[in-house]
Parts: sequence; C-alpha cells; structure tokens
Amino acid sequence: MNWLNAVVQGLLLGGLYALLAAGLSLVFGVMRIVNLAHGVLAVVAAYIGMVFVQNFDVSPFLAILVVVPLMALLGFAVQWGLFTPALKRGGLSPLLVAFGLAVVLTQLLQEIFTADTRSIPSGSLASSSFEVTPELFIGVLPMITFVVGVVVIIALQLFLTFSPLGRAMRAASDDSETVSLMGIDNRMVYALATAIAFGTVGLAGIFLGMRTQFSPTFGDAILIFAFQAVIIGGLGSLWGTLLGGLVLGVAQTVGSQINPSYGVLAGHLVFLAVLAIKPSGLIPKAVDR
Amino acid sequence: MEILQIENLDVFYGDFQAIYSLDLRVNKGETLAVIGANGAGKSTLMKTIAGVVPVAHGSIRYLGKSIENLQSYKRVSAGISLTPEGRKIFRSLSVEENLKVGAHTKRKGPWNLQTVYDAFPLVSERRDRLGINLSGGEQQAAAIGRALMSNPELLLLDEVSLGLAPVVVEQIYAALPQITEQGTTVLLVEQDVIQALKVADRVQCLLEGKTVLEGAPGDLSRGAIANAYFGIE
Amino acid sequence: MSSQISQVQVRRATRSSKVGAIALVPILIFLAVLPYILSRGTQQTLVTLFSFIVLATMWNLLAGYGGMVSIGQQAYIGIGAYGLVYIADTLGIDSFLAVPFAVIIVGLISIPISFLAFRLIGGYFAIGTWVIAEVIKLLVVQVPALGGGSGISFGALSDFSPGRRIAYVYWFALICVILAVTVTYLIMRSRLGLGFTAIRDDEVAASSLGVHVVRSKRIVFVLAAMGTALAGTMIAANNLRVQPDSIFSVQYSAFMIFIVIIGGIGTIEGPIVGAIIFFALQQWLADLGVWYLIILGITAILITLFLPRGVWGLISGNGRIRLFPVGYSLNVSDLAKSLSMSKGTTNESG
Repeated sequence: MNWLNAVVQGLLLGGLYALLAAGLSLVFGVMRIVNLAHGVLAVVAAYIGMVFVQNFDVSPFLAILVVVPLMALLGFAVQWGLFTPALKRGGLSPLLVAFGLAVVLTQLLQEIFTADTRSIPSGSLASSSFEVTPELFIGVLPMITFVVGVVVIIALQLFLTFSPLGRAMRAASDDSETVSLMGIDNRMVYALATAIAFGTVGLAGIFLGMRTQFSPTFGDAILIFAFQAVIIGGLGSLWGTLLGGLVLGVAQTVGSQINPSYGVLAGHLVFLAVLAIKPSGLIPKAVDR
Repeated sequence: MEILQIENLDVFYGDFQAIYSLDLRVNKGETLAVIGANGAGKSTLMKTIAGVVPVAHGSIRYLGKSIENLQSYKRVSAGISLTPEGRKIFRSLSVEENLKVGAHTKRKGPWNLQTVYDAFPLVSERRDRLGINLSGGEQQAAAIGRALMSNPELLLLDEVSLGLAPVVVEQIYAALPQITEQGTTVLLVEQDVIQALKVADRVQCLLEGKTVLEGAPGDLSRGAIANAYFGIE
Repeated sequence: MSSQISQVQVRRATRSSKVGAIALVPILIFLAVLPYILSRGTQQTLVTLFSFIVLATMWNLLAGYGGMVSIGQQAYIGIGAYGLVYIADTLGIDSFLAVPFAVIIVGLISIPISFLAFRLIGGYFAIGTWVIAEVIKLLVVQVPALGGGSGISFGALSDFSPGRRIAYVYWFALICVILAVTVTYLIMRSRLGLGFTAIRDDEVAASSLGVHVVRSKRIVFVLAAMGTALAGTMIAANNLRVQPDSIFSVQYSAFMIFIVIIGGIGTIEGPIVGAIIFFALQQWLADLGVWYLIILGITAILITLFLPRGVWGLISGNGRIRLFPVGYSLNVSDLAKSLSMSKGTTNESG
C-alpha cells in the first residue's frame, strides 16, 4: 500500500509541477523564449506572499489576490523592456538576458532575505488531511494545489483555443511578421503572454511557499523541474505539460520510497529516459514549426 | 480622388536599392496592377506600403495623410490590408481561425465570415482545415479572405498567381469583381501579365525599381508592354 | 586583366595581428618568470584567473562558434577535477601526467552525453546540460571512493614544498591556458573552424555546402568538454581539495557566461579580455557581497542588448583589430590599384 500512497502523493505533487511549468511552456510556445528566470520568479512570488501574510496577518489565499496581479505586471514590463528588445537582437540574446535576469533576481532575494529558509504560514491547512483508506491520507493543501494546477492548465488551453487574444498568440507563434499584417501589435501580444505566464508562476509560487521551505536559490531546482515537466510532456502542448508534471511528481515520490535521497535523481533519470527514447515527449505537438 | 500617392520613393532591401524615385498614384475604387519581371521591386513596393519594409526617402500619402512612419499594424486599422507574397497562412490555425485573426481590427464593412465564405466557396468548404493542410490555391483564397476580414479601403495583393496552376489563378481572380464592386481599391502585383491586364483599370510596369510604362490596358499595345517588361528600348 | 587580379592578395594576418604576435613573446616570458617575483597567494590568484580564461574560451567555443549555450559545463570541471585527484592519488600516477588522462576520459564520457543533449536545442539544450551536470553530481556523491558528499583532497602534490608546489602549479596553469587558447585558435583557423562558423551563421546553408552539421557540433561539444576538464584539473591543483557542491556548482556557468558576454562572444580575444575584467571586478568589488553579482548580471544584460560584441568588440572597432586572425582579409589597396589600371581598356556597358 505504500506504493499506492507514493503514486497518489506523486500525482498531487505533479499538479504543483504542472502549475509551475505552465508559464514556462506558454512563453516558449508563443515567443520561443526559454525563460531561465522562470524558477526564481516562483520564489520571488513566494517571498512577496510571505511578506504580505506576515505583515497583514491574513490568509495566503488573500495574498494570491495581490501577488498574481503584481507578477503579471512584472511580466508585462519584463517582456516589453527586456525580452522583446532581446528578440530583436536575435541569436543568443533572449537566452542570455533571461539568464542575467535570473542571477540578478536570485542575488536580490539573497540580499533582502538572506539565505535562511522560509515558508508562507498557512496555519492548520499545512497539516490537515483526510482519510481515504487507513493507509492512504490525502493532504488538503496538496489536493487544492493539484486542483488549481489542473484548472489553470485547462483555463490556459481554453484561452488559447477560443479567445481572440489566444488566437493572436497562436498566430504570432506561427509567424510573427504576418501577425502585424492583421493589425495586431506584436509587442502587446508578447507582453500579455508573458504577463499571463508570470501570473501563473506567481500563483504557483504561493502554493509552493505554503507547501515547503524555500530560499533564494530554490529557483534553480524549480526551473529544472518545470523544464523536465515540459520536456517529458512534449513541447508545445499544455496537456503535455500537465502530464509531464504528473509523471515527474510520481517519479520523484516513488524514487523517495526506494531511498529518501533518490527522489530528485529518479526524476532526472526518468527525464533522461524520455529524452533518449521519445524526445518529442509523451504528447508531441501536432503541427511542426 | 486619389487614395494613395507615392512620390519619389527610395527603398532599400539591406544594402541593395530595390526602388528608385518611384511615383505611383491609385484612385479610389480603381484596380491598379503593378507588373514587371522578378526582382523589379514589386513585392518590395507592397511591403513598403504595408509598413513591413521601411522607407529610405520619399513619401507615401494615404487618404491625404503621410504614413511613411506609421507602424504596420496601425496601417491595417487605417484601412490598408496586405495579402502577402507566399500567402503566409497561419499553419497551426484552421481556416476559420485565420479569418477570425484577420478581423482583429474590427473595422466596419461588408466583409465578415459569412460574406467571405459566400465569395470564396473554396474557403467555405475548408473552413475547419488547418492551414498546414491546405493546397496552394486554397491558401491563396484563404489569404485574400483573411485580408478582407479587416474591411480594408485599400487591398494589396502580392503575387497571387505565384506557384499556382493557371486554372486556379483564374478562379481566384474571378472573385475580384465582388471585391471591387463594394468600392474597395485594389493594388495588385503580378508576374502573370495576361491576368493582370484582364482585371486592371490601369497598369504600371516596373523594371529594376523604376517605372517604365503606365496606362490603361486598352491604350497600351502588347508590344509596348512586352518591351517595357523586358527592358528593351 | 588576369595579371592585375593576381596582384590582389588574400591574407590571414593583419597589421594588428603581426603586432600582437611580436608582443606575445615578451608577455609570455614575463608571465613565466612571475613565480620568482610574486607572493604565493598572488600566484594562486593568477592560476584562478588562468582557469577562468580556459573556461571562458571553452564556453565561447561552444556558444560563440558552435552556437550552443550550455549551463552545464560544470559537469566536466567536476569530472576533470575528480579524475585528476583519483588518478594521481589512488592510482598513483604522476600528477602532471594524470592530467591528459583525466582530460581524455572526460572527452570519452562527453560523447554519449552529446547524443542525449543534442535531442534538445536552444534554451532547452541549455537547461538539459544543467540537468546532466546535476545527475553527474548526484552520481558522484554516491561513490565512497570519491569521498561522497564531502569530497576528496589532492594529496599527491604534497611531496613538494609549498613554495615549489605553488610555482609548479602556476607554470602548469600557464601552459594550460596557452595550450587551450592556441588549440582553439588553430581549430578556428582550420577548415573545421570554418565549418563551425558557417554552422553558427546558418545551419541549413552550411549543410547544403557539405558541412556535416551534427558531426561538427559533436566535435565542438567534445573539445569544449575536454578543455573545461583541463580547467577542472587546474582548479583541483590550485585548491588541493575537490568538493561536489562547489566543483559542480552552476555558478561556474554563470561566471563563464558573464565573462564571455562582457568580453565579447565569438572571438578568441573576447573571453581573455572578459576574464581579466571579471577578475579585476571580483577583486575590487569583493566587499560588496551579493551586489557584485547583481552588478555583473545587470552589466551582462545591458551588454547583450546594447553592446553585443562586448568590450573587445568596442576596443577592436568591431573586428578591425585582430590579435588572433581567424578570418581572411583582402588587400584592398592592391585591388584598387589594379582596377584603376584597367579603366579605359574595357567598354562601359549596362
């Protein structure tokens, strides 16, 4: 029964990974930018949430209402001021700029908050769970996180498929020059895409902060896990990112069951296996770019 | 009245000068065909009017206002719509989605999904197909439909016949009257001179970035056109 | 006409490269005698500088010439360092002889790694290399013979007195950096290097010209890994201790990237200039703690956006000065002369 528990916990963890990875997938999907700062952004959101909760003594869920719009605004600004100019430069510039941003943000967090680990106080929520069977307990917070993760992925998918802005983003992803011939301002489309992406990673950061201790350098691991979820699932597919997150979560928890120090390594090995055997991922994109 | 006035236009494609001191006028409601051999500067001209390629010197006046420095996406809102060379249909979007993207500027006018489908039955039949799965002719029809969705005053058609069988080209040009009878001005660029002469009110022939002949098709002899096209004195 | 054309010469050397070549000799001699002048601490500091130059040169080879951005080169620093210590201490081979062994082993390991890594491109390739580095670290930490989580000490060099040891390590490091830069220079001058540049500029075009794109990229990947491992041996010899968290740290990648961006990506001189600047900054700003990295990061972003060819690009007038001539130049004055001589002998047409 331990294994069933591990798989269930892994799926719940996977929901968090999917939530964390959604923004990375979106930014890459629309602009072909791999945002190396994606991981540290989740941590930034966690810190902002922590400060808000501690100073105003409110529920972390209220903090979400502040953090998500703030992060979205940050995303808009970063895209407009940093990533879009870098895209114009072309070549390695977007990647290098994102890398620089990641380092700057990490060090700023270090400067402001020191390297101590922190978390977002969530009161009784962190420890409450409900019993499914005597051997299987499901934590309330992980459950909520999982549901939020799935909902966000579905919402993003619906947005991309049915909304005019989502359509514009998919068109820009196919051919950015022709999009301007439709009367669409590319810069605006990109900035809104990044705003949405940063918003989702902000949301993810709050849940992350409630669930675990974090420190400025935590962003490294988050970037790696988000990336692994995207690749395992398949580039260009949000459903893939969801599936990839679940697979990664299960791999890590099952690995920890075997040996507590093997958890992350197990995730790495599953990722490498997918890379070796089915590099296009579990749900490959239908249309090749 | 003149809807488009181009004066003394110089345009560079990288280091290479593609257009030299070009003058061009289009009257409202007319169909002007710009013809010429490959490399004559026709497509560069279209891209410059649409705002994709910058103006080095000279002026472009649209509805009386100069637009040389207007960003390309804003020109669409102003009523200029380009069907680009190579069609450039969005591959991962369906035909209907392509059309919807074309309607982004929400300009008022006779063209919407239904009227585009009526004018181009071919497009209507393929409405759910992904762009990547369309034939050349289907893509061309869809691209024109997409450009129409922004209800332009000035429709730019760039090399519609390129890569298409003559029969398909005829079918596509057969829809042109439905566009012009709405009052839309059409500026088209064509390598297929015969086709251009059939649909145009006026013709302007370019050679190496300069105008070498212009006039109404009825007033120009075949010989004169051929000489101008090939640059024979 | 043909006699005039033969007067036009295609040359490799430029005026500045000839000056550079002549100036190089006294500079190298000067660097070689430094152990007799400088304190031990300064020598060790210089070894660190040399290792950064090697790391940056290799990262530039991979990214600037090969077009592949990696944030996982620390994998090879680690394997190179561990390899040296293991071969020298445990296997008992002479320390300096152990270096080529370690480097070759890393080269061999990097070949299967390249097959995995090449499944990814662009930014995902970058993160992928990082994951691979993390996996290697996690695997190394499991091996008791390599000291597990606390690492191993480099004992073989303790046969020498500290003064001697530090001087020997310095000279070793100097040889390494000269070797790394020279090999990179020669490769880029060769046909192989021309292929790399073509791939960097346009893969499809290069491929259509007969350049074996994947094979060339693999060669760059393996060479860069080996050079990086060489830097790893320099670091191990300098610090005498190899610890997994520090030798496999992604911070090395951050340093490599910043050095190359600031110095100038895609040239041989760029990484060297960048390493010197980086190093100077590190000494100056050491008191500022994390602000040092923040300033570095912001500088890198600004340079990427506004000065893409880096400081060397600025100094060299975007390639007019070339100390390491990798390209070709046409002697233009001869051409002008020969053209002016032919005027009046042909008809003007078209």
